[in-house]
Amino acid sequence: MKILVPIKRVIDYNVRVRVKSDHSDVDLANVKMAINPFCEIAVEAAVRLREDGKADEVVAVSVGPKAVQEQLRTALAMGADRAIWVETAEDADLGPLGIAQLLAALVREEQPGLVLLGKQSIDGDNNQVGQMLAGLLGYPQGTFVSGLEVVDEGIEVVREVDGGLQTLALRLPAVITTDLRLNTPRFIRAPDIMKSRRKPIAHTGAEQLGVSPAAGPRLLAVHPPEPRAGGIRVESVGELLERLRQAQVI
Amino acid sequence: MSSYQHCYRESDFVLRHLIDFDGLCVENGFEGVDLDLANSLIDEAARFGAEVLAPLNVVGDREGARMGEGGVVETPGFAAAYRQFAEGGWQSLKVDEGHGGQGLPDVLNAAVSEIWHAANLSLALCPMLTEGAIEALAEHGDETLRARYLPRLSSGEWTGTMNLTEPDAGSDLAAIKTRAVPDGEGYRISGQKIFITWGDHRMTDNIVHLVLARLPDAPPGVKGISLFVVPKYRLDAHGDPAEANGVRCLSLEHKLGIHGSPTCVMAFDDAWGELVGEPHRGLAYMFTMMNRERQVVGLQGLAIAERAYQQARLYAMERLQGTRRDGTRVAIIAHPDVRRMLMTMKSGIEAMRALVLETAAEADRARGANEGARRAHHQARLELFTPIVKGWITEFAQELTSLAIQVHGGMGFVEETGVAQHYRDARILTIYEGTTGIQALDLISRKLLADEGRAIGALFDEMEETLGVLRQAEEASLVVLADPFADGLAAARRACDWVLREAPDDRQLAGAVSVELLMLLGYLCGGWMQVRSALAAHRAIEDGEGDALFLDAKLKTARFYCEHVLARTQAALTSVLSGSTSLMALDAGQF
Repeated sequence: MKILVPIKRVIDYNVRVRVKSDHSDVDLANVKMAINPFCEIAVEAAVRLREDGKADEVVAVSVGPKAVQEQLRTALAMGADRAIWVETAEDADLGPLGIAQLLAALVREEQPGLVLLGKQSIDGDNNQVGQMLAGLLGYPQGTFVSGLEVVDEGIEVVREVDGGLQTLALRLPAVITTDLRLNTPRFIRAPDIMKSRRKPIAHTGAEQLGVSPAAGPRLLAVHPPEPRAGGIRVESVGELLERLRQAQVI
Repeated sequence: MSSYQHCYRESDFVLRHLIDFDGLCVENGFEGVDLDLANSLIDEAARFGAEVLAPLNVVGDREGARMGEGGVVETPGFAAAYRQFAEGGWQSLKVDEGHGGQGLPDVLNAAVSEIWHAANLSLALCPMLTEGAIEALAEHGDETLRARYLPRLSSGEWTGTMNLTEPDAGSDLAAIKTRAVPDGEGYRISGQKIFITWGDHRMTDNIVHLVLARLPDAPPGVKGISLFVVPKYRLDAHGDPAEANGVRCLSLEHKLGIHGSPTCVMAFDDAWGELVGEPHRGLAYMFTMMNRERQVVGLQGLAIAERAYQQARLYAMERLQGTRRDGTRVAIIAHPDVRRMLMTMKSGIEAMRALVLETAAEADRARGANEGARRAHHQARLELFTPIVKGWITEFAQELTSLAIQVHGGMGFVEETGVAQHYRDARILTIYEGTTGIQALDLISRKLLADEGRAIGALFDEMEETLGVLRQAEEASLVVLADPFADGLAAARRACDWVLREAPDDRQLAGAVSVELLMLLGYLCGGWMQVRSALAAHRAIEDGEGDALFLDAKLKTARFYCEHVLARTQAALTSVLSGSTSLMALDAGQF
């Protein structure tokens, strides 16, 4: 079985996010970028399936400008066999639907048995690409997955839902989106980082895939949250109640 | 509690702008290696260091290595972390591919190693010694020894140690008494060694000791010392560890710092070993290894200072003391004296890092040069920098880790805060692998007097060129650097000229002024790095490359260093020019 793992380049989760002074967007210039943590979990899950003999090939794919090759290299170092870079312009205005359309075209070309991707990215927090991709392809989907097992007839997944855990059996091919607790991604071995440089990254684009991706929602402005005002210490419970009433929260 | 994150922008800046890492790789035959690969490795090392090694640092301090039934029991958690380190392939980044390594440049290995030593100095000492053992065997061992030991040392499956010191043979290794007697299938080694770092542990299923000992026919003194390889467990026909050899740890030292690193008294009792290289050449072999270890100890000074600085910086930003007129509280980073401390740390650490990486790059350039004169130039520079990196950086690290405590005020003196550990851990750095006094003697006698000032003259001339570029600059942020740098350079030239002139007539002079001269040259080399950083930052700003705020800080930090730290060269000059008279004036009985 072949597994396709779409990954996204996002701001590193250790970086303190700054908003551009004109509020047009988050400032990404010269900021450390990384694989989206949920996508990293998806790569780890795919590589483990291959290591366990449940899959033969892991293909990482990313949609974006040239810089996304950096994250594809990381996926290759983690153990993906090859990568596909779907190039878009630096200023391309793609939303979840556009990305899902490009990925759907790629899935038709690559014919993977399984598409494994992060449930959402830590920048947009949209949580839509996986679901849209399954919809476009007419594939079964298992979202927010914290456990998965390949069985004879397909795949069994454990989903994290509001009420607890739900176990589903899916036919393949299917789309699976990963939650935080599925696994802990490995530390990459130094020799694997070096080897990853010799693994191939294929190049394609919307035109080659025959897709005109839908435009995303228009970003009007970005504002940082209000800075927290300093607290005060009150002398008694009575005073606390008084203050809360003044603030009209009770 | 102390957390640690590698400052990846700093290492990138030095590799990109001061070293020209891509150029270095092309010129010295590192095919397929470039800054992108370097940064990928540094990023992953930083993640491993921050998540796995750094949290164990305080554990090592509180639950240091101890003696158990069958030998040394290391700090809980160290063995698993070490194995992860070894499985990650980090042991052998710079080891030749033929010996099971990755064949990467020294300078990249140094940049990565900063992370290990900053994250966990005690644990990082173990792979550091293995690296030394790998180099000694790779350079001086025969085919059999290399085949037997190198693959498993490179993979981190076994670790290595260095057994030099004995109770009566410390800085003076001529006094070594350990004996080696040929017995047909090798040698039998007997004697006692002290201060053996990671001399015993349970993290791996064998330990490879490199031991200095005397053969029965050995001439007296340093020319009669040979190098032997003595495994903890003798190897069977397949090369696997079998029965125990006659080597064990007798006891552990109770130390001021690096509690997680077992410092062993080792007993060799008729232990089986093999000769490395030729008889009686042991000290020379050990010194090729020791010179590299000295550079790494300088790097440890940088690493521990960086870790202490990160903690002090965070505290200075969060600790509120003082109230503004409007009633809001002030973080102590607003106070000028806290700024003085943080700027001394920041500017000092950046100078140290650049000098450490520049020195490692000189090793790559010396090895890669295919032409004699070029190789000699880089080798001389490497040898000149080695005692400065070891001596100056580790001495400066004492001050910087102390300042990190000072920033914390009373909380810094409280162990729970965690910043005192860095100060205690740093204290060994001016001592092991040759004290500051030994480094200073090496610098003044071998690198200055014996060389008749040639290598240092070449360095000064290169600094003069940088000064020339600075003098051409119109940008105010660069202009202000020129005079203090010129003053530091003039002080160094004057001090060296004076020593070269006066030393032949005063037997005590070299020893008396050597440490002051070493510190003078250290501050100056640091200043050279700062000035070059400023020029590079300015160029990058002009070209619109990189983060403008980060680059702007480089220029301002260089100015602080030039105005406030480089000023120390003048005091050192005054001391040097005062010579040995007052220093040696008292009769020993007058003390």
